[in-house]
Amino acid sequence: MTKHFKLIYKITIIALAIAAAMGAGSIILLSIGADVAKTYLVILLEPLKSTLQISEVLLRAIPLSIIALGISVAYRSGIINIGAEGQMMMGILGTTMVALSLPTLPKVILIPLAILTGALFGGAWGFIAGILRAKLQVSELLSTVMLNYIAAQFYTFMLRGPFLDPAEKTLGGAGTPQSMRLTRNLWLTRFIPRTRLHTGLFIALALAAFIYFLLWKTDFGYKMRASGASGRAARYGGISVAWYLVVSMVISGAFAGIAGAIEVAGVHRRALEGITAGYGFSGIVVALFGGLSPIGIIPASFFFGLLIVGSDMTQRLVGVPANMINVLQGIIILVIVATKMILADPYLAERVWRWYQRRCTVRAEVEA
Amino acid sequence: MNTAVNILSLGIPFSVALLIASLGEMFNQRSGVFNLGCEGIMAMGAFLGMLVPYSVGHGGPTAEIYNVLGLLLAMGVGALFGTLFGLVVVTFRAPEGIAGIGLQMFGVGVAGTLFRHFIGGTQSVIGIDRTPIPLLSAIPIIGPIFFSHNVVVYLAFLFVPLSWYILFKTPWGLRVRAVGTNPRAADSIGINVNRVRYQALAVGGALAGLAGAYLSLCQAKMFSDGIIAGRGFIAVALVYFGHWHPVKIMGGALLFSLAQSLQLAIQGQGIAFPYEFAVMLPYVLVIVVLAFSRESQLLGPSALGKPFNREKRI
Repeated sequence: MTKHFKLIYKITIIALAIAAAMGAGSIILLSIGADVAKTYLVILLEPLKSTLQISEVLLRAIPLSIIALGISVAYRSGIINIGAEGQMMMGILGTTMVALSLPTLPKVILIPLAILTGALFGGAWGFIAGILRAKLQVSELLSTVMLNYIAAQFYTFMLRGPFLDPAEKTLGGAGTPQSMRLTRNLWLTRFIPRTRLHTGLFIALALAAFIYFLLWKTDFGYKMRASGASGRAARYGGISVAWYLVVSMVISGAFAGIAGAIEVAGVHRRALEGITAGYGFSGIVVALFGGLSPIGIIPASFFFGLLIVGSDMTQRLVGVPANMINVLQGIIILVIVATKMILADPYLAERVWRWYQRRCTVRAEVEA
Repeated sequence: MNTAVNILSLGIPFSVALLIASLGEMFNQRSGVFNLGCEGIMAMGAFLGMLVPYSVGHGGPTAEIYNVLGLLLAMGVGALFGTLFGLVVVTFRAPEGIAGIGLQMFGVGVAGTLFRHFIGGTQSVIGIDRTPIPLLSAIPIIGPIFFSHNVVVYLAFLFVPLSWYILFKTPWGLRVRAVGTNPRAADSIGINVNRVRYQALAVGGALAGLAGAYLSLCQAKMFSDGIIAGRGFIAVALVYFGHWHPVKIMGGALLFSLAQSLQLAIQGQGIAFPYEFAVMLPYVLVIVVLAFSRESQLLGPSALGKPFNREKRI
């Protein structure tokens, strides 16, 4: 096989994959009688039309990138974390707890403390799934999903009970389950006037650099990647695979917790229902789409931030429900995992190469 | 005594969605494919199941026909998406865990999108009513517990011996078990491994679709976004718990649903217990059950989760 052929082969497969993904999405759009081309244009272009919209895209890219970074660490260590949604909720609870109990702390102490507590809570939630997998061989796919449901119930319980806003309490239980507005000392600065974009953006970028350094520049990261790439070989090489599984799951959970903490401190400024908004699941897609590396995850999180903001607008502009984002994300996961395998299949490439060569010789004979 | 009868007679219909979905997942896993997308197929089934009676049949003598059509549509679409999942994990050999999550997101998304477009808000359907079996349902205690449910409940429990028979006594069942245990050996005696896996995925998808439609047509009599509430994942866990055997899976499904109806009964008694913790219970139970059944994983199909590649040398 020539280098030239390999490149064309790769590009063709990826083009076909994109076409397949958009085609599958079109079928769903057609079934609800929507204008397919217009819907895609709205999703992809409408959010880029004003500074405010772009800032909203970036705002969503912040939690997406942080969660995806965590998921990529776990994925590379051989454990799939579907529990980011629950870990994020636990992170929000941790941050809220700190802010409610120590509201007078100065900003420079409170913000790091609250974010670290969020990380600790999220990490603890990730630890449960990690230790269950390492010690009792409980599939993390099932345990993290279950922990999501458990966290969601616990979250509601805390918002209705211990964290409930005293102002809502006077309404006699009929009020919204949410905490009171958290102290100003927790708020992250919004650095562009008239937008909600906050300094969490820089935290996300710093975390991306941290993950890059951790995974590719340290001994620790090498061992993590080795455990994920081939557990048996790593164990033979003297790496305690189980230990790295647990640690990677704790890091993954801690990142989801940080994402929750930053959402509270930067956007909502109180704990309320619906903060997680599916970020935990979108984070999986972002991590895969970004090729499980920080360098890919940053643009990928912008792209999915765009899709999320775009799908919020389709209801108003073309009458397509915002749930369409889930459909697209599901299709994207399926297409990515399938495409990866197709590209990695040497037999298929070989077969296409032979077919191509046969065609070339046939054409040469015809011309001669 | 009355309370106990109530708990049991409530628990049995609760178990049906789990039971049907787990039996379907059992066929998937016996053939070596781990379908975590069960939840997504159930969501689509739940929506499509109620769509037909909601949009065409408002009561009247023809209502039953539309209910049956709804169930059949849910099964058909379930089989279709089971097969499409096969394209990703059997033909393209993608990792099954993450692909299943993709199918789950897709299915839940499709159900949510179509629901908002075709139905919109909380709308209930008449659904499928209970048909107590004459004479048998009049027996005290046993009657209300076992013989006064809707048709799908009886059908689901008929599926247990039926799927046992199919899995262990028919050539197709043998092929399913063969490709799930040793695909290379199966291949060497001329079984088309991937075809059998596709068939098992279609059966599993159809049953997941039916389980979803049961939830919307028989249990809730409406559709909402959270209607499946993780039952698809619990069904997958039940297959592990039930050692890939229909009868043990039925036991697991009953255990879960009895826990659920017991929890409802406790709430009904007015015992102060935070509602959220009661709802958490089944999910905690799944984790506990999985943690204590790790030896059973050795009993599972040995090729579970391993895509088959004919061309690969060992």
